[in-house]
Amino acid sequence: MSAPETKGTGLKWVGRAIRRLEDPALVRGQGHFTADLSATHWVRFVRSADAAGKIVNIGKPGGKMVITAADLTGVKKITPMLHKFSYRPIGQPILADGVVRFVGEAVAAVVAPSEEEAEDIADLVEIEIDATAPLTDARDALKTGAPQIHAEAPGNIILEGKVKTPGFDAVWDGAAKTIMLDARSHRQNATPMEARAGHAVYDAASGRVTLNCTTQMPHLMRTAIADVLGMPESDLRVIAPDVGGGFGQKMSLCAEYVVLVWLARKLKSSVAWTEDRRENLIASFHSRDQYITLEAAFDKDAKLLALRADVVSNIGAYSCFPTTSGVEPLMAMAEMPGPYDVQQYQCLARGVITNTCTMAAYRGVSRPVITFTLERLMDKAALAFGIDPVDIRRRNLIDKFPYKSAMGLEYDEATYKETLEMAVKAIDVPAFRARQKAARAKGQYLGIGFATFSERTGYGSPAFAARGMEITPGWETVHLTIDPSGFVEARIGSSPHGQGLRTTLAQIIADEIGVTPDIIKVIHGDTDTSPYGWGTFASRSLVISGGATLIAARKIRAKLIKIASHLLEAAPEDIVLEAGSAKVAGTDRSITIAKMAREAYTQTHKFKGEIEPGMTESGTYDPPGTFSNACHVAIVEVDTETGHVRMEKFLVAEDAGKIINPMIADGQVHGGIAQGIGNALLEEIIYDDNGGILTANLADYMPPTAREIPEIELHHIETPSTQSITKAKGLGEGGCIGAPAAIINAINDALTPFGVGIDEIPATPQRIRAALREVEKAARKTA
Amino acid sequence: MKPAPFIRHVPKTLDEALKVLAEVAPEDGRILAGGQSLVPIMAFRLAKPAHLVDINEVEGLDRLHSDGKTLSIGARVRHGAFHKNVVDNPLGKLLTFVGHHIAHYPIRMRGTFCGSLAHADPSSEWCLVSATLDATMIAKSARGERTIKATDYFQGIMSTALAEDELLAEVRLPLLAADAKFGFNEFSRRAGDFAMSASLVTYTVKNGKIADAHVGVGGAEPSPRRIAEAETALNGQTPGDAAFRAAAEAAASAIEPLEDHQTTGEYRRDLVRAVVRRALENSQS
Ligand SMILES: Cc1cc2nc3c(=O)[nH]c(=O)nc-3n(C[C@H](O)[C@H](O)[C@H](O)COP(=O)(O)OP(=O)(O)OC[C@H]3O[C@@H](n4cnc5c(N)ncnc54)[C@H](O)[C@@H]3O)c2cc1C
Repeated sequence: MSAPETKGTGLKWVGRAIRRLEDPALVRGQGHFTADLSATHWVRFVRSADAAGKIVNIGKPGGKMVITAADLTGVKKITPMLHKFSYRPIGQPILADGVVRFVGEAVAAVVAPSEEEAEDIADLVEIEIDATAPLTDARDALKTGAPQIHAEAPGNIILEGKVKTPGFDAVWDGAAKTIMLDARSHRQNATPMEARAGHAVYDAASGRVTLNCTTQMPHLMRTAIADVLGMPESDLRVIAPDVGGGFGQKMSLCAEYVVLVWLARKLKSSVAWTEDRRENLIASFHSRDQYITLEAAFDKDAKLLALRADVVSNIGAYSCFPTTSGVEPLMAMAEMPGPYDVQQYQCLARGVITNTCTMAAYRGVSRPVITFTLERLMDKAALAFGIDPVDIRRRNLIDKFPYKSAMGLEYDEATYKETLEMAVKAIDVPAFRARQKAARAKGQYLGIGFATFSERTGYGSPAFAARGMEITPGWETVHLTIDPSGFVEARIGSSPHGQGLRTTLAQIIADEIGVTPDIIKVIHGDTDTSPYGWGTFASRSLVISGGATLIAARKIRAKLIKIASHLLEAAPEDIVLEAGSAKVAGTDRSITIAKMAREAYTQTHKFKGEIEPGMTESGTYDPPGTFSNACHVAIVEVDTETGHVRMEKFLVAEDAGKIINPMIADGQVHGGIAQGIGNALLEEIIYDDNGGILTANLADYMPPTAREIPEIELHHIETPSTQSITKAKGLGEGGCIGAPAAIINAINDALTPFGVGIDEIPATPQRIRAALREVEKAARKTA
Repeated sequence: MKPAPFIRHVPKTLDEALKVLAEVAPEDGRILAGGQSLVPIMAFRLAKPAHLVDINEVEGLDRLHSDGKTLSIGARVRHGAFHKNVVDNPLGKLLTFVGHHIAHYPIRMRGTFCGSLAHADPSSEWCLVSATLDATMIAKSARGERTIKATDYFQGIMSTALAEDELLAEVRLPLLAADAKFGFNEFSRRAGDFAMSASLVTYTVKNGKIADAHVGVGGAEPSPRRIAEAETALNGQTPGDAAFRAAAEAAASAIEPLEDHQTTGEYRRDLVRAVVRRALENSQS
């Protein structure tokens, strides 16, 4: 299990594109996934086919085990909480209790000896619902007189964020020009390759339950499930084994896992559930269903003076734990001004309850939507001022640091303008414009689109506390050990599921204590063996867990130097740690790290009580947050007859601070762009008028395939972060934050000759043709 | 996403297959060919057949044969068989070209030509080929054999003239004239998806004028069919932009478009206009 091109020593590991230590097992099919586990009992959830109504009766087939809300006495509802923004706590029963609020809500759990039998029995469960007309659109749910979905939330508003800077009105009134945009982002599903799965097994000897599940946050799942079931947390062990992608969908508590733990305790046995793709598409979590009206005021030189936003975020039927459904509207409110220097800001951001699947975080959380909105508005403004899209960005991007935003966020040093210029040069705008002109003459419509954005990453507890969260995540802890055999083990509270953290943390440790990454194991995802932590989400793990790792590694380093100075009888400042040994500088005296580690356990008498036995140190890190930035450029061709958009090229110039492993960093950007292409052009969860989902399989809900992904060219700037001790910034979300904006701007650029505006994602061929058809009809009328 | 219980029968001969089919058909017994449509439908429990008559081991059904006038395609011939040219006639090239638009490679290695025709998805490329080229279907059952013309065969979305105890044993496609031209174009949102509209055209050129035009449209109506209005617009005209546009326009207005939540009739006509013209523009011999 070595990283092939890493052999040889003396090199710094950080900054090198070593191959991922986690991959050999995965590519050989030796990974461990939840659905691989066998169980005595299998569960099939019977889900509501109606979006709203009272449950009149649940007809259960005789002689079969079918659990409903009536069985779950004493089990609490999932009721996440925010202490700000007029948040109204609404509770989600573990199984629908008396009423159903969306199509797909679990009403009953069938337990059978196999998945097949469970599904056969589920077919026989008859749920009778007195259905009422559902609300699926947030604007409908806001109308006066709309049915109220939860008694606790009048007007179907779960929270309302409001800001207005003191000087706003005066600046707005004095502006030379205002530009307005009504943007619509349709609903999406994160679509991880592995859908959800859980496996709970009871241990008669200890009375404990072990839950394997596909989560990004094993420790928090344990806390939450223990709370809901009213059981000691120590009686529950949660394991996130190999997890096939999460993208935020797997950071919220699923009611299904609560049922599994409850059943394992009741049956004193093993109980498993593997979600199918249809369930994942209709009943896991959704996101990005927003209407944003954004207005901007400019001075006569196209300098942005003020922004005014109205954000309506459809949060679905319940509020997700732990973030609450404030996650989208509040992110939109906090970060709407993006990378631009604008000191006046007004925003109203509302979370609106509807009869749809619950919203939760999805890679980028609102920022793909607000970036598309703001960047589209900047292009509209450029057109109104008769200047180039690049030029309007040059005039408005932040270039003095640290910068305090209108919302009070502190932006650390970044390269908004530099990455823009880098991208402009690399894509060769003049050559493109010439090609565009020639193509237009032949009836081919090429377009170029830019997106510049900031990506707030690696933020600790103060940032979450600003939202008033009852559960305030943020910090990370790492326990780092050199064992008596000289091998290194890092136990971390983060929970990587594809991000390559086992490799990047090993690179950080290797440099600090002078060993090679292949002797370092990173252990995560098991509440019994890794320290409490918040898991992996929000472009945080490399910054926060990486920082905690560095802190722990520095302590180990100090201890090794102390031991070496004892054993080699040299001054600590003369000790050098490299290539697995401690050396006395300028001499040939040395001792291996392995030997020192063993002595730290087995020869402690030598240290005369001056050095603590063992070789374990821990580090905890809770940083303020740091902003990555990038400029994305898309080149597209729009087929005006069919409305089809062909991606020709995608180019990124980005700055995520110090890059620990360039290959992994590039992979994150590539994957994010692929999802961004899906968001921009293809993916949409569609509800019909009855609240049923029309896109319940991967033929109708369309993630892009390899054929829809163009060549992607990446350029990097590394501005070391002052807000992160490894100097690294996060970059997990940027790919999908910038891509929709760049693509929509490119489509609009291509369609300039027609004077149509596409302000909706996904920009489906139907929508593009509908816009063009209007223009054609108008032209025919005048002709 | 596990199918409901079923019994699988694996006959080795055609007679045996037809006999089992006759027995189980009244209890929702179905033929299992490549399984690339039936298995997903069963996994979603949209169909719960109690019996499957698996024809993958039935002798003789893998026959793919030309007698110089027609190409006969047996019930076990997979889409992938047409990756290479199967007959020394423009038809061979046509089938290779069109076949590459069906789904993705692994699906093409299992799915069958006759299975596509039995399933009769409005967007199926092979259904479009069969309708455009006036194919003949050979249906066999324990009761005997009959031939069905393409115009009688397709009866709407996933609906055909086959009776429940009939096996589509063979599809016969007439070979094209040696100097025939063909063109094909389809529109789908992602590569490999079912087409939202597709068109296949064939014609010959006699004295500089189009003759014997066949213009087929699929994916736009419940069944694929030849569009007489478009063919009339072509026959006797000089091949070129004017004639192609006229034919495309005729096809766009002749259809009764399928509509759904996302796709209006107007949009479907837009697509038909585009695919017919592009099929004509791409036509080759
Ligand atoms: C992801 C995906 C994408 C696809 N994309 C396309 C596409 O772009 N274009 C396209 O045309 N198809 C597409 N398909 C469908 C594929 O081509 C199927 O193979 C085809 O529709 C059915 O053929 P089959 O042999 O697999 O039939 P099966 O799935 O085995 O059977 C389908 C139906 O036909 C019946 N049947 C099968 N053979 C016979 C017979 N000889 N006589 C009587 N009844 C019979 C069965 O009982 C069943 O009802 C796609 C499939 C998938 C999974």
